[in-house]
Amino acid sequence: MDEDRRPLSFWLLGAFFLLFVVFLYGPTLTILVLSFQGPDGGLTFPLRGVSTHWYELLWRGSGVIDIWSSFRRSLWLGLVVMVLTTVISLLAGYAFRRRFPGQGLLFNLTIASLIVPSIVVSLGIALEFRLLDDGVKAFAEEHGVAWLSEGYTTAMGLFTSALGAHLTWTLPFGLLIMFAVFNRFPNDLEEAARDLGASPWQVFRHVVLPLVAPSLVGVALFGFTLSWDEIARSSQAIGDANTLPLELQGLTSTVTTPEIYALGTVVTGVSVLVIGLAFLGVSIAKRRAAKRVLG
Amino acid sequence: MSSSPPDRRPIGRPVAPLLQAAPLALVLLLFFVFPLLATAVVSLWNYTEYSLVPDVTQRNYVEMFEGCSNLSDGLCTTFRTYLSTLRLCAMVWAFTTLFGFAISYFLAFHVRSDTMRMALFLVCTAPFLTSNVIRMISWLPLLGREGVVNQFLVGTGLVDQPQDWLLFSDFSVVLAFVHLYTLFVTVPVFNSMMRIDRRLLEAAQDAGASGWQTLWHVVIPLTKPGLVIGSIFVIVLVMGDFVTIGVMGGQQIASIGKVIQVQMSYLQFPAAAAQAVVLLGLVLLVIAVMTRLIDIRREL
Repeated sequence: MDEDRRPLSFWLLGAFFLLFVVFLYGPTLTILVLSFQGPDGGLTFPLRGVSTHWYELLWRGSGVIDIWSSFRRSLWLGLVVMVLTTVISLLAGYAFRRRFPGQGLLFNLTIASLIVPSIVVSLGIALEFRLLDDGVKAFAEEHGVAWLSEGYTTAMGLFTSALGAHLTWTLPFGLLIMFAVFNRFPNDLEEAARDLGASPWQVFRHVVLPLVAPSLVGVALFGFTLSWDEIARSSQAIGDANTLPLELQGLTSTVTTPEIYALGTVVTGVSVLVIGLAFLGVSIAKRRAAKRVLG
Repeated sequence: MSSSPPDRRPIGRPVAPLLQAAPLALVLLLFFVFPLLATAVVSLWNYTEYSLVPDVTQRNYVEMFEGCSNLSDGLCTTFRTYLSTLRLCAMVWAFTTLFGFAISYFLAFHVRSDTMRMALFLVCTAPFLTSNVIRMISWLPLLGREGVVNQFLVGTGLVDQPQDWLLFSDFSVVLAFVHLYTLFVTVPVFNSMMRIDRRLLEAAQDAGASGWQTLWHVVIPLTKPGLVIGSIFVIVLVMGDFVTIGVMGGQQIASIGKVIQVQMSYLQFPAAAAQAVVLLGLVLLVIAVMTRLIDIRREL
């Protein structure tokens, strides 16, 4: 393999790899092109002119789709999931560097949360909240708490059940990333800081945090994008107010204009933007960390 | 600190790691453990059109397998659904494993510069961070009756009329699954391959092994952990799926996940819970069998 002449398998696998990349990106690029379809154009080629007609319809919300409320919901939920995933994964990853009771159980639960089928998790959360609702209503009636029995409908919602559902999906990824980070983490820096008299908090704040900061950007990226695109786990556990992907799933069977391609392109655009920002963030954080360590 | 154990793990107050792990434990308890317990309990409950009836009944399980003992009238609905889901699973598993292995092999053993390898690896994995539904929708203009593929096939005279089996069929479902999930095989297999000591390959070559022999007797056995982890992901994702099968199958193809979703929409919670318990049992069985082959914790 060190010879300069490439073997036949290189060319065959290389060709396969190239085809796979086309397979991977081709469809997305197709709807990107078709989203600029002229006003008279249909769902497929040929392009009848080039326009931003469908984006304008989407922007004004005057077409078939009014997605801005679910767009905002998804954005907020994604940001909250992002912050919580980053903080909780960092803390847990840090905890796993030492021994504590229940360590093995917690690790297995986290992996299980990743592997158990999403529909089962989603259904479970829906049932849990239903039981909770029934419990609250029964309690309110029994004890005659008027404001509760009249005003209460359900505890299910975007920032309760749906948030929890998303976290069961993002936290395993966050923890696994933190494991990978701390496995390669130089222990001696911490020891040196301790020997110099730093408190545990100072060690964490001035040694550990700056060093893992670039990886935290990665965790945040996973937290946001996985939540932004999540369907299966939220599907049963969200109540009335849909997130954007759920809304989109419903639209696949009803919308028959290129507007859906415009919407799809916008949603993918948000993901690409976030990925780009993350890369930028990582390179900045790495540069700052290098400066700090090397002085 | 003089009593530090040889593994150099710092010993601090034992309370600190517990507190640090507490938020993770709390989230998993509230949104994973309790929900699964609720599912198990409710699967034994009775129900009417309006409400849940706390009870202990086998009704949901009995109804689920109604007529399944009598094979002379053909398979019962539940068995047919499971078979159809497992058949999809097998097809998707075969393709994703083959593709994922080939791609990882190319990246790990044929690409020479590390920068190039990382760049190409990111190219293969970045779509994971974009929306699955949109990646499904993206196939519509290609596979539809008037789609690009049909235009091409008719235009070149390969077929006389547009083909209907391209979309809303088993074909489009498997295609979308392979499109979405190959990376779940690529990532762990690539990870395993990068850990293989290159000198082993040279040794095999020097000992006179052909390329195929090296592949079969050296690379594949050493890649087994990655292959197992990838397979678990793909099998579990397909078994519980209802979104991809729904969108790409035109809501026509049966799957276990779909049955659960439909029962939920009719508010038949205990029946859906029973389905979920059986699905979970089957998934755990698959995982138990597959993890016998490797030790997952060593792979992290």
